[in-house]
Amino acid sequence: MNSKTIWQISLWALIILISLPLLRLLSAWFEPNTEIWQHLYDTLLWTLVGNTLWLLLGVAIGVTLLGVVMAWFVTMCEFPGRKWLEWMLFLPFAIPAYVLGFVYLGLFDFPGPVQSFLRDTFGWSGLDIRQGSLSIIIVMTLVLYPYVYMLARNAFYSQGNGLIESARLLGYNPYQVLWHVSIPLARPAIAAGVMLALMETLADFGTVSIFNYSTLTSGIFSVWEDFRSLQAAAQLSTALLGIAVLLILIERWSRGRARYDATKRMNSRPYKLKGAKAWLVTALVSSVVFLAFILPVSQLLIWASKTLVEEWDSRYLDWISNSFMLAFGAALLTVGLAVIVNSVRMQARLSWPLKVGIRFANLGYALPGSVLAVGIMLLIIDLGELVAPGAGIWLSSGVFALLLAYMVRFLAVAYGPVESSFDTITPSMTEAARSLGASTPRLVSDVYFPILKPGLVIAGFMVAVDVMKELPATYLLRPYGWDTLAIRIYELSSEGLYDRAAIPSLMLLLLGLASLYMVHLINKRYKIRAR
Amino acid sequence: MKKILATLLTTSILGLTACSNDSATPSSEGIQQEDNKVVVYSSRAEHLIKPLFDQFSAETGIEVQFQTGRANALIERLRAEGANSPADILMTVDAGNLWYAADQGLFQTLNSSIVENNIPAHLRDPDQLWTGLSVRARTFVYHSDKIQPNQLTSYEDLADPKWQGRLCLRTSGSVYNKSLVAAMIDRHGEPKTAEVLSGWVNNLATKPTARDVHVMEAILAGQCDVGLVNTYYYGRLEADTPNTPLKLAWANQDTTGTHINVSGAGILKHASQPNNARKLIEWLSSETAQQTYGALNREYPANPTIKLDPQVAAWGEYKQDQLNLRQVGVLQQKATMLINRVGYE
Repeated sequence: MNSKTIWQISLWALIILISLPLLRLLSAWFEPNTEIWQHLYDTLLWTLVGNTLWLLLGVAIGVTLLGVVMAWFVTMCEFPGRKWLEWMLFLPFAIPAYVLGFVYLGLFDFPGPVQSFLRDTFGWSGLDIRQGSLSIIIVMTLVLYPYVYMLARNAFYSQGNGLIESARLLGYNPYQVLWHVSIPLARPAIAAGVMLALMETLADFGTVSIFNYSTLTSGIFSVWEDFRSLQAAAQLSTALLGIAVLLILIERWSRGRARYDATKRMNSRPYKLKGAKAWLVTALVSSVVFLAFILPVSQLLIWASKTLVEEWDSRYLDWISNSFMLAFGAALLTVGLAVIVNSVRMQARLSWPLKVGIRFANLGYALPGSVLAVGIMLLIIDLGELVAPGAGIWLSSGVFALLLAYMVRFLAVAYGPVESSFDTITPSMTEAARSLGASTPRLVSDVYFPILKPGLVIAGFMVAVDVMKELPATYLLRPYGWDTLAIRIYELSSEGLYDRAAIPSLMLLLLGLASLYMVHLINKRYKIRAR
Repeated sequence: MKKILATLLTTSILGLTACSNDSATPSSEGIQQEDNKVVVYSSRAEHLIKPLFDQFSAETGIEVQFQTGRANALIERLRAEGANSPADILMTVDAGNLWYAADQGLFQTLNSSIVENNIPAHLRDPDQLWTGLSVRARTFVYHSDKIQPNQLTSYEDLADPKWQGRLCLRTSGSVYNKSLVAAMIDRHGEPKTAEVLSGWVNNLATKPTARDVHVMEAILAGQCDVGLVNTYYYGRLEADTPNTPLKLAWANQDTTGTHINVSGAGILKHASQPNNARKLIEWLSSETAQQTYGALNREYPANPTIKLDPQVAAWGEYKQDQLNLRQVGVLQQKATMLINRVGYE
């Protein structure tokens, strides 16, 4: 067997490992649950599907609008505070959606300070913001737009100035440039960002339950908790997979033949805004930063200052280190997996079953963490029954099951950035290095690695922050002694102790910011010089 | 690059497992001899149980290791772990969860005359598979400027059109509401219960909330006048704002008694430390523990001989529903189906 075959085989082995939990969930269809399905069909099913699609549509529009416009402002325009705002726009990524959910509900719902003020001063009659889907769409948009922002910003930077200058010479105004040049070129990146945001939306349980908004994901929980049927829950969760597949197809289709060409660099910002226009943009961008970051963080700080004495506990040090270690380990494994897949992809054309396999393995992101965890537990139960009695100990004696869950869930997050960094390696680079007599290790360490590094670091960062925020799978699969900050947040907020939950929320945020800063340091040398 | 990656992967995997082995993981070797510890899986929040466990360890020298989680997930995990499970005790809130764990064959019999003496029969499983350890009453909370306590009579009465636009409820997804409905089904049968639920839904002032706390906030803000909560949530509010205009009133005093639920525990079938587990549960049912148990969360002790915390005692005496709580578990699924049918969100 030559080395290529060995790699293909190991690739298959990895893909199967990642796909097993998903396959196990699909296999639930072998045991029909007619009674539960009949009941769902008669009562909730269409509400659940409708609500889910409505939410997806709203979030898709919201994150695209916010992500693209913000990215375009910071890459194309010079305006007061641009440098700071460009970084601050990343920050909401570190806030878990459920935390923003309870902060917003506390601030803006009928009993909250904002409406109370409006009622007392203007005699306003009040509004239940949990009705309908608008407020949940806003909350999800505010935490998820950074996915689009991050990717669109990179794409805009890599378009270079040439095209834009030409468009301006042809008399295009800024809006025409945005519509006819920037967006079409960045379409694959934007689509990839929107995809990630939608997968996250699909899998969300924490935020929707705070707003009592029923989606397929909350339906899965209710089927599991109320009807005590893991099988039916697993069946319902395949509906999520179906929607995810549909989204991927739409994304592929919307990419068309556009290809992400990241070879150019911006060397100056085309629009140096002055006067009122410049300040208007500053105000617009700042208001996003304010709503998505400064406002919720201020509320958390106010709560935290009241509860610090009561809530502080030396175990916080353990929780912080657990959150960090799990995030770090999962990031390493997941990025590693994405790198292996892509290096095989680079060496040889993949057969179509392998391509489908890779796509399938990426679907885990659309599943709620708990459902995935259940898939893994079902697998372990099967393993115990069929091959290895005592396999259950895998659950309680190590972090294997948990790390596997993270890999399955977050492979899609790492895969995108890693894939696009691999795409920037052109055959001519390899040939040039070879012709200069470079050995394989040198080729890898001196040519490939520097090119890949920024993408790998970004991928690792995104996975790490997602793992830190991840609650349901961690809650289910962690072994004894592996409590994390996210778990503390859940335990306090599920008892309605939101003010105490502010403490672990802020720590989680700090940990996320620290990781962002690390990325900044590592990638400093590769930062796009925009001046 | 492949080599570097392979090494990186292996080291990270080994590193992480090494870490997990360092931490005090209950290991399979400990199965034969009983260690000086007991392992608890708990769906009761950790800040409510840890002080008790610390006290138990201090008194007996037995270390308590505990792991929290959602009840259904812990039950699933126990099934996955099977005979290898490190856990000795499952502790949950809501009788439905205890019934389900028992139904799945996860418990062994308690065999404890101490528990039988300490805890009244309607709070225990008839087959002695689990016992309640604290009682939580679900009853009216109302705005005292808008409602006189004698206007509030029963859960069923909240369906009357006179409460139109004045009622706030927590989501039907809450297990406390499902258990309440299950108890009503046991009393009235499904058709009558469905009528009551539809009445509630018609009377709602606003979409059901995610938590009991939100119900009270809505009443305070004037969105509605009356709601149903577990009393300890009110207790917390009252402790924070002693002169709150919100008050509690006892439901169904002229009929069945106020609906109660329990938090409770049972010894797991595959417990490796069953004696320690029994000791812990017996201790939790004893006077010292029951005192703390209630005081920590302003719940009612399950052991009726305990003197109530003064704040809780001030809410007055009330008649408890005497329905055996296992029945609540049995009927919970029916309750959910009914809830879905009448469109209670």
